[in-house]
Amino acid sequence: MTESTTLKKKDFQSDQIVRWCPGCGDYAILSAIQSVMPDLGVAKENIVFVSGIGCSSRFPYYMDTFGFHTIHGRAPALATGVKLANPDLSVWMITGDGDGLSIGGNHLIHILRRNVDINILLFNNKVYGLTKGQYSPTSDQGMKTKSSPDGSLEYPINPIRIALASEASFVARTYDTNIKHMNETFKAAAEHKGTSFVEILQNCVIFNKDIFNEVYDKDVRQDHMIHLEDGEPLVFGSEKKQGVFFDGVSMVTRALEEENSPAGLMVHDSRKHAPFYPNLLASMEFPQFPVPVGVFKRVERPTYESMLCKQIDVAKQKKGTPTLDSLFQAGETWNIV
Amino acid sequence: MTKTIDRTVLENAIIRFCGDSGDGMQLTGSQFTTTSANLGNDIATFPDFPAEIRAPAGTVPGVSGFQIHFSSRDIHTPGDQPSVLVAMNPAALKANLSDLEQGGLLIVNTDAFSKVNLKKAEYESNPLEDGSVERFRVIRIPITELTHRAVAETGLAKKEADRCKNFFALGIVYYLFDRDMNLTLEWIEKKFKKRADIAAANRLSLIAGYNYADTTEIFTTSYSVPAAALPKGKYRSITGNQAIAMGFVAASKLSDRTLFYGSYPITPASDVLHELAALRHFGVKTFQAEDEIAAVCAAIGASFAGCLALTGTSGPGICLKSEAINLAIMTELPLVILNVQRAGPSTGMPTKTEQSDLLQAMYGRNGDSPLVVMAPATPSECFHYGIEAFRIATKFMVPVILLSDGFLANGAEPWAIPSSDSLPTFNVQNIAAHAPYQPFERDPETLARGWAVPGTAGLEHRIGGLEKADITGNVSYDPINHEKMTYYRAEKVARVAHDIPQLEVYGDQDADTLVVGWGSTYGSLLTAINALNSNGKSVAGAHFRYLNPFPVNTEAVLRQYKRVIVAEINTGQLDFMIKGKYNIATTPFQCVQGKPLYVSDLDKFIRLHL
Ligand code: SF4
Repeated sequence: MTESTTLKKKDFQSDQIVRWCPGCGDYAILSAIQSVMPDLGVAKENIVFVSGIGCSSRFPYYMDTFGFHTIHGRAPALATGVKLANPDLSVWMITGDGDGLSIGGNHLIHILRRNVDINILLFNNKVYGLTKGQYSPTSDQGMKTKSSPDGSLEYPINPIRIALASEASFVARTYDTNIKHMNETFKAAAEHKGTSFVEILQNCVIFNKDIFNEVYDKDVRQDHMIHLEDGEPLVFGSEKKQGVFFDGVSMVTRALEEENSPAGLMVHDSRKHAPFYPNLLASMEFPQFPVPVGVFKRVERPTYESMLCKQIDVAKQKKGTPTLDSLFQAGETWNIV
Repeated sequence: MTKTIDRTVLENAIIRFCGDSGDGMQLTGSQFTTTSANLGNDIATFPDFPAEIRAPAGTVPGVSGFQIHFSSRDIHTPGDQPSVLVAMNPAALKANLSDLEQGGLLIVNTDAFSKVNLKKAEYESNPLEDGSVERFRVIRIPITELTHRAVAETGLAKKEADRCKNFFALGIVYYLFDRDMNLTLEWIEKKFKKRADIAAANRLSLIAGYNYADTTEIFTTSYSVPAAALPKGKYRSITGNQAIAMGFVAASKLSDRTLFYGSYPITPASDVLHELAALRHFGVKTFQAEDEIAAVCAAIGASFAGCLALTGTSGPGICLKSEAINLAIMTELPLVILNVQRAGPSTGMPTKTEQSDLLQAMYGRNGDSPLVVMAPATPSECFHYGIEAFRIATKFMVPVILLSDGFLANGAEPWAIPSSDSLPTFNVQNIAAHAPYQPFERDPETLARGWAVPGTAGLEHRIGGLEKADITGNVSYDPINHEKMTYYRAEKVARVAHDIPQLEVYGDQDADTLVVGWGSTYGSLLTAINALNSNGKSVAGAHFRYLNPFPVNTEAVLRQYKRVIVAEINTGQLDFMIKGKYNIATTPFQCVQGKPLYVSDLDKFIRLHL
């Protein structure tokens, strides 16, 4: 950590030419990550980026850190191995909606429940980019693609809800058109001890162009998004005139009256010990609801690697420094003389 | 009254205990093994587990068996056919009777031959009465009833008293072979420390069995098998799974690297996970993954980060791991993949042994994807290959597949315990920072690239499954570069041949016929060839432990013989490799019945081809 304070954004840029399509949301995400890195206080050699397969998974090549571009869907398992081997490393995992939720869905569930201290960035562009435009697990039902000329039959899943159902200890959402929000979210993810799951709404300009514009375009953002901030009420609208209320069963939105804190208006608390709360937030989907972005949930739970190291320490204390000879001779032995 | 017991001295004997999976046959067998090993016999065992965890009691699928071969000579197999069969119920008799040698001794628990049990075993009539067992010397003992009487004083409930009958049977066999009961008595005390009543019952049952055999003179002959002239030293009994786990830990200690084991439970490899999980005090990091793919991927991640990385499974698991194994080949990271083979294809017969994953290990991946393949030949050799696999993997920065199998994994034999000082050392070095660092620069001798571990300043680099440019490691689609890298990957594996022992010939070197095999069939082949040689038949043997690359002298050895018999438990996989590589006409001997090769079958076949 000694020299890291002097690192600059450009120290994290590798010499490789970035090869995403011009205008792809991935550029902004890469830039945000590279600018956050110096603030983390971690030396470059202690940072590892692990990815699967897909457009987003090219990410490690562009970071001047250690990097591993692995195979489709398996980044969580690979990143787990890296972190368990050396818990001192800062491990980041890059995946997409296809890589992370389709072929790698199983691994994603398990890394989250294990709570390995890894920061997962899931680029959600609701389509397969690298294979040229087929529908993904987050695509809207009915989406017409080359593999679904008559419309996709599949009902989409919501990455945040998958993460919550997998007992993730940190769950957040950000979006590629707001560098400041990405920076804050990534920093919060890095600070969290345990698996941090961040969904990033990402624009694929080629196969699903501007799919999020109705949510995050500058003109509508105020009305169609809620920026979650701890201690702040859930209000939105160009002049913050709408509030989110809990009616006992689900969330409802309604116009705020004049009074300052109307009864039932939700106040955000990402540390709330009420499992239903982040789930309710996660169930807020456009167009019925404004889309929440920010940190949905963060709870402290021992990390997998810290518990593993502890088991090793305890075993060493109990059994002393073991020798191979004692291992070989354990159990029933006899002498031939 | 004391009487002198006439004992026929045998060179060796083979006993099989069989019964319902709840009858404690594995325990009985392993107790007999420990006792015989302590008497100085050479031993080889073959546990035969039922396919089902708890098949309905009394049915054939629920039968569990344990065969032990003990000898005053050096032996190499658990034996083809038992000379003594202990059958605790009709189902066990049904499943095992055809294996008992002609005129062999059959000890049956007559109490279990009730109408109900006969029906469960799908016997139309009672085999003890309809002539089915006439060819054997049958000893009928009401074991259940006698056990109940023996343990009556402990006041145990019927069900618990029932469970002691394996010790009664063991007592009988201890008498028959003149074994001392003390070790088992001690074991009972230790094991049931917390249940004094059960300890007492098992003790009473064991002693009652012994005394019953003694006083009732049910055996017209009894036997002794004297100690073998094994080399001096300290021994323990070891299975292949235990040995290989210890080999891996030894590799970790010798190279001063953390051992990481990523695995998903699968028969018959799970015991390796169990063994290693219990060794946290050695710093071993075991990771039970969510599936086979995650298990190997976590291991690759750990390898990238500098651990001795291992994944273990059986054949179906290798299918799932193949894409990730290719990632390790492409990124040139050291990785050891243990395949404890079982009968396939698909789920196959999980508890039965087979050698049918050799071609899968060689070729079961996309692209030209060479790696190193090794196969230990005996349970105790598994120890050595646990170390050797890591030595090669780290020296050449290459994945190594180790092919064990169910027979090696669960079979036990005496192991001359090595002193840790006698073990080979191997140094594994991370490369140090140097400028300019190039991820795919190679050692000129081994062609290995450097192991550049995260945490080392100046070595930041990116690797992945995409083709890499020579030296720089940048992503490359250049055709000439791809060809060059393909040859590098192949040549690196080929060069391992100069780092491994040559193929040795045993038996009669000047024979016309050479019998080759690989992996776990060694004991059967060695026994058959030695026996033929002592009967004046000229035949030689050679056994492959290294399958890829083959030892450098392989072709020269094979071409010395007029006839090459290739014996293996599959439909000709090594045979295919030898024919393909050397264009040598061979005579295959194959047997795919989910069991080890029988010496008698080999003997017959080889005689036909001399
Ligand atoms: S296909 Fe879409 S996601 Fe992929 S690089 Fe191009 S714009 Fe980005």
